[in-house]
Amino acid sequence: MTSITERAAVRPRSKHDWLLLLLKARTLVALLLVLAFFSFAAPNFLSTANAILISKHVAINAFLAIGLTFVIITGGIDLSVGSVVGLTGMIAGWLVLNGIDIGFGWSIQFNTLEIAAIVCLAGILVGGINGILITRFNVAPFIATLGMLYVARGAALLFSEGRTFPNLNGNPDYGSDSFPLIGTGNFLGLPVMIWMLIAVTLGAACIANRTPLGRHIYATGGNERGAALSGVRVARVKMFVYMFSGLMAAIVGLIIASQLRAAHPATGEFFELNAIAAAVLGGTSMSGGRGRIIGTIIGAFVIGILSDGLVMMGVSSFWQMVVKGLVIIAAVVIDQAQSRLQARVALAQEVTQSR
Amino acid sequence: MSPAHSDAAHPIGLSIRRAVKVYPGTVALKNVDFDIRMGAVNVLVGENGAGKSTLMKVIAGVESLTEGEITLDGRKVAFRSKDDAVANGIGIVFQELNLFPDMTVGENVFIAREPLRFGISIDQRAVTERTRALMQRLEQDIDPDTPLGLLRIGQQQIVEIAKALAQDARILILDEPTSALSAAEVEVLFRIIDELKTQGVGIVYISHRLEELIRVGDYITVLRDGEITGSRTMEGVDIAWIVQAMIGGKSKDFSQTQAHEFGREVFRAEDITLPKAGGGFTVDRLSLSVRAGEIVGLYGLMGAGRSEFLECIMAQHPDSRGHFFMDGKEMRERHVAGRIARGIALVPEDRKRDGLIQIMSVRENITLSSLAQFATGFHLSLRKEAARAAEFIKRMTVKVASPDNPISSLSGGNQQKVVIGKALMTGPKVLLMDEPSRGIDIGAKAEIYQKMRTLAAEGIAIIFVTSDLEEVLALSDRIIVMANGRLSGEFGPDADPASVIAAASPAKPANKNKETAL
Repeated sequence: MTSITERAAVRPRSKHDWLLLLLKARTLVALLLVLAFFSFAAPNFLSTANAILISKHVAINAFLAIGLTFVIITGGIDLSVGSVVGLTGMIAGWLVLNGIDIGFGWSIQFNTLEIAAIVCLAGILVGGINGILITRFNVAPFIATLGMLYVARGAALLFSEGRTFPNLNGNPDYGSDSFPLIGTGNFLGLPVMIWMLIAVTLGAACIANRTPLGRHIYATGGNERGAALSGVRVARVKMFVYMFSGLMAAIVGLIIASQLRAAHPATGEFFELNAIAAAVLGGTSMSGGRGRIIGTIIGAFVIGILSDGLVMMGVSSFWQMVVKGLVIIAAVVIDQAQSRLQARVALAQEVTQSR
Repeated sequence: MSPAHSDAAHPIGLSIRRAVKVYPGTVALKNVDFDIRMGAVNVLVGENGAGKSTLMKVIAGVESLTEGEITLDGRKVAFRSKDDAVANGIGIVFQELNLFPDMTVGENVFIAREPLRFGISIDQRAVTERTRALMQRLEQDIDPDTPLGLLRIGQQQIVEIAKALAQDARILILDEPTSALSAAEVEVLFRIIDELKTQGVGIVYISHRLEELIRVGDYITVLRDGEITGSRTMEGVDIAWIVQAMIGGKSKDFSQTQAHEFGREVFRAEDITLPKAGGGFTVDRLSLSVRAGEIVGLYGLMGAGRSEFLECIMAQHPDSRGHFFMDGKEMRERHVAGRIARGIALVPEDRKRDGLIQIMSVRENITLSSLAQFATGFHLSLRKEAARAAEFIKRMTVKVASPDNPISSLSGGNQQKVVIGKALMTGPKVLLMDEPSRGIDIGAKAEIYQKMRTLAAEGIAIIFVTSDLEEVLALSDRIIVMANGRLSGEFGPDADPASVIAAASPAKPANKNKETAL
């Protein structure tokens, strides 16, 4: 008698468990699905060269998405990252070509490392301005960063009056000839930018899971008032996430300028939307408090593989956009289904226990 | 005792049979039978997590039963939604307010049921007029066009009651309606209840204030751990009987003093002043000091400025003036983290809004203020954190299966223990507690009182705010009474209750309602 009821009680539970596991790992499942699909559908999809190429495309989006994941977890948003990519790219181009003019016909020239450091600082500075607007002047993050989107884009155009900085090959005399290597160089068989992405991902995941700062980021998004009363310095946490997001944008600006050996002021338009999509696809909740770095990375890969795979299949770019949009919406719908199922499974378990 | 004799006077309106309700984390109702009699006050009482609120949510159509049936006027019903229940004449005022702070009082009262002109536009005048009529019926001087957010919690609760009345409810459920009301507002509420009773409305009244229950109730049902442990008419019921049914063996003991010497002064506030938005002062030149191991009870009515004073100590009001001293050294830190580092910790009044991060786990909540203790440089030791969390969960006797369960799965009393645990983990010298027993059952209350005694004996200074006279008299080594932001009386542990109440009454009581309405 007991054995029958037990079995009857256990079976639906384990079935639900499987479904739940599948839903929890949905981004990973989606990744495997797109990989499998394009392996069959697109010629030459499964090759090392292609894998590296796609990774390089994905990396650009992934950097920004990591920055945005932190911002979104605190309950904010950063719309300015695409423009900051353009602006920091222009700064990099300017520094490589001209250095800093200090008047009297003199100028200071920098080597690659110094250029990278200055560009990163510029990105952090822009993020810091976003942070100050949001924490000090209480501007809603959407508005503050929307404003910064225009300001940064305008500043990028002003840099060159709309023209492109060409031939950023650097100058061996100044030690800046290694500048193109940031985006094109290889190290131990992998592109330098992929190594950078790995380092940033590990660092960000460590911040999220293994530091008080990370916990404070989640707490701020979960209940800002409660976090503040618990001693979390909410303003500092927010400053950090926007500055971090700015830094990510600067890294992308550097990489693109280096890859193309040119800086164009319109670089990075709509990058912010791709990055938000990757974060959301990876399970980050727009209402704050929830999200994981690894999920975001997988989300960025799903989007990247989808667009590159469709290109290789020869699908028109119009259809690509439709497919991308549908995937994002589907992700959120599944997310909701998961929470409902999770509640039901927990309920079912309680019922079995209470009998 | 058979309820048969009262069937004629108070017919059964709604009855529930063999109700079972299962939630993730708990079985809230186990085989519950419950009747609501019309034209009477049906009191429902039980410890936190006993299942009262769940039972009411089932009746109000917010939740559906896992098993069991509901009959209304003799026919079987199953409410699919709150609207469904409302259409059947059931109104509910929840313990947690469901109001919109940015809308006006009138808009809140008629939310989702706005009177329309030609079925298109909202009839603003009707909203205002009907709200004004309701407020008159409730004897409240609240303007229908006031934004709700400007009202005190007590007044907001009255708006919530008005909302239920506006729906012409035949069955009105009041879940802890007096937890935030002042004595005067409670009297108003009781008058309203009497009036509704004569109109044949069946009222379900849930509260933790037992004297109140005995005064207002006609029938009583006691729940314990999701089961009915007593159900009878109110005749002959006394507190001892209720307590016995509620907690079985346990009893309320907060007067057990642990004799100990007080140390030297640890904390002093001098001339704390907090200006009010519309002129005047919320806290008016308040000074007090507290010694190590001393429990100071801060008593007063709602709006006396007690909570605001605690918030000033926690640096929540940048426009406050005055000086705080910790161990004789002035505190100049302008943020909570700095004050915590100086040895002050706050247990806020509103657990849900201020005390906890609802989407985080019990562990993450309890360690949130003390993460620096587990960090070397930037790195957080999850192992150390888990160990410390487990230690405090045990110390605070929080009932939870795993520290990684979400905090929202806990009952109110256990959530409060987590909030106190979080404050204690910071190693405070001064513990500020704002209504530490609000919305908590007797069993958890006794544990928290015991905890406060123990902490004081260990040398921690405690300042606690309460509106419960019995509590302040029984727990405090010294009672400080506030009225209108000022210190209006100071008493020893053997204070005369009457003089404490007298000190708490504002000087000009006639103006009180006007002031609170602003």
